[in-house]
Amino acid sequence: MTSLTPDTPVHRLAAAIEATELSVRELVETALERIAGRDATLNAFTLVLHESARQAADSADDDIKAGRYRGPLHGIPISIKDLIDVAGVPTTAASHATGRSPAHADAPVVSRLRDAGAILIGKCNLHEFAFGTTGEDSAFGPTRHPLDVTRSPGGSSSGSTVSVADGMVSASVGTDTGGSIRIPAAACGLVGLKPTFGELPCDGIVPLAPSLDHVGPLTRCVADAQLMFAAMRGRTSVPKAKGITRRLGCPRPYFLDTLDTEVRVVFEQALERLRAAAWTVGASPIRHARDAATVCLHLVLSEAAAVHASSLDRQGDSYSAGVRLRLELGRYVLAEDYVRAQRGRTVLTAAVDDALADQDALVLPSLAIPASPLGADTVDIDGRPVSLRNVMLRLTQLFNATGHPAVSIPCGHTATGLPVGLQLVGRRGHTDQLLAVAAACETALTGD
Amino acid sequence: MTGDAWLAAAKADAARRQLHGLAPLLKALAAATRALRAAEWNQHAASRPQEPNQTHDVPDA
Repeated sequence: MTSLTPDTPVHRLAAAIEATELSVRELVETALERIAGRDATLNAFTLVLHESARQAADSADDDIKAGRYRGPLHGIPISIKDLIDVAGVPTTAASHATGRSPAHADAPVVSRLRDAGAILIGKCNLHEFAFGTTGEDSAFGPTRHPLDVTRSPGGSSSGSTVSVADGMVSASVGTDTGGSIRIPAAACGLVGLKPTFGELPCDGIVPLAPSLDHVGPLTRCVADAQLMFAAMRGRTSVPKAKGITRRLGCPRPYFLDTLDTEVRVVFEQALERLRAAAWTVGASPIRHARDAATVCLHLVLSEAAAVHASSLDRQGDSYSAGVRLRLELGRYVLAEDYVRAQRGRTVLTAAVDDALADQDALVLPSLAIPASPLGADTVDIDGRPVSLRNVMLRLTQLFNATGHPAVSIPCGHTATGLPVGLQLVGRRGHTDQLLAVAAACETALTGD
Repeated sequence: MTGDAWLAAAKADAARRQLHGLAPLLKALAAATRALRAAEWNQHAASRPQEPNQTHDVPDA
């Protein structure tokens, strides 16, 4: 048997598992040991499924011995954001406002991953009801950044991200309503994919804002994201990429206006590395981009308030203070302004479509700042304080409103070693093509 | 309803409901709503917006 661990890329683990050089039980025990050693500090998990994971691992080993290999996720340890139903255990949404009755069935994305052979190790901490960008407001306490425990890993898929970044599992499933997969992926140096809106079913997932909600994978590399996304779609293989032209468009106005100095330097260096690898990076401004934040704000506040209205009336005190206030705020948005925001969404969707013309993808930073200190409400950018929540959502939320697929990949580090993410945005309905572009960019950026 | 009238009514309601932390958030929302209403594409809000192509190719699962 080998010493491969959950922090090894999935495609390498898969080869060893299929060849019976690595037992699934051994891999799962390594994952559980890592969690036992680290999670008291990092607080990534709300529930660890020790026994069911061991049983599933033994079944996976038996299946391989019997010639029933299911594919590259066979025996791979994964985690699930605790906003997503897993049969037999509660879906807490990291809130005291949810019941603790077990879910009756797996969410479709979970059952598809199980069908592909993945082993569910546990459920992960998050910002309560996914309504926040830091992972700090949680009934289970804050999740901490694996490289610096005084910092937030980003959110809302904080625990999912940390579980992969710290090597507790090989991949995870998060949700993204304004950036909640891509933001923590950028802050922790992972790949985080928000597919095209509607491509993956959100059934069995506690909604935040149904017209903005997406579910997607968090992984160590793009190849693993391709494997996870294929399985979550119910496919047995990753489709082949069509012609990549190596043309990227950078929407500089608005998106590069407010950036941490180090993030800017790392991003510009990444563009230079792409150019050196024969990519063309041109200008692709997005019309009306400055209206993205106000459009998204009115959409998410209204829809989240509608989701939570009756619960707020019954048990408002059960919510954490910050999340409750933001949900209550949505009850004051006028219908006419929600309609205006919907109109803005239509305009912005067309603008992103236009910016993508003749480009493989748009390229921009994923997160304007490195991982922020826990407890911060503002950050300093160019000598002035900026709202942390606003700056964290600034580069990602537009693509939730427009539904375009977007992926964050690592592109470097700050002087203190904090990761920086690069975001690629593709055409609606062409998430596989976006991932193929991301894989090529990842190769150019890492030199592998 | 004007923005100022909305803000005054919302603040009064929030105070009545003892949601005291809501006042600064309502003020920020009022500013965002002003920006929304002032957006260039909302200057002709009575007209029908041009829909982007909704028939994009979504590959089958």
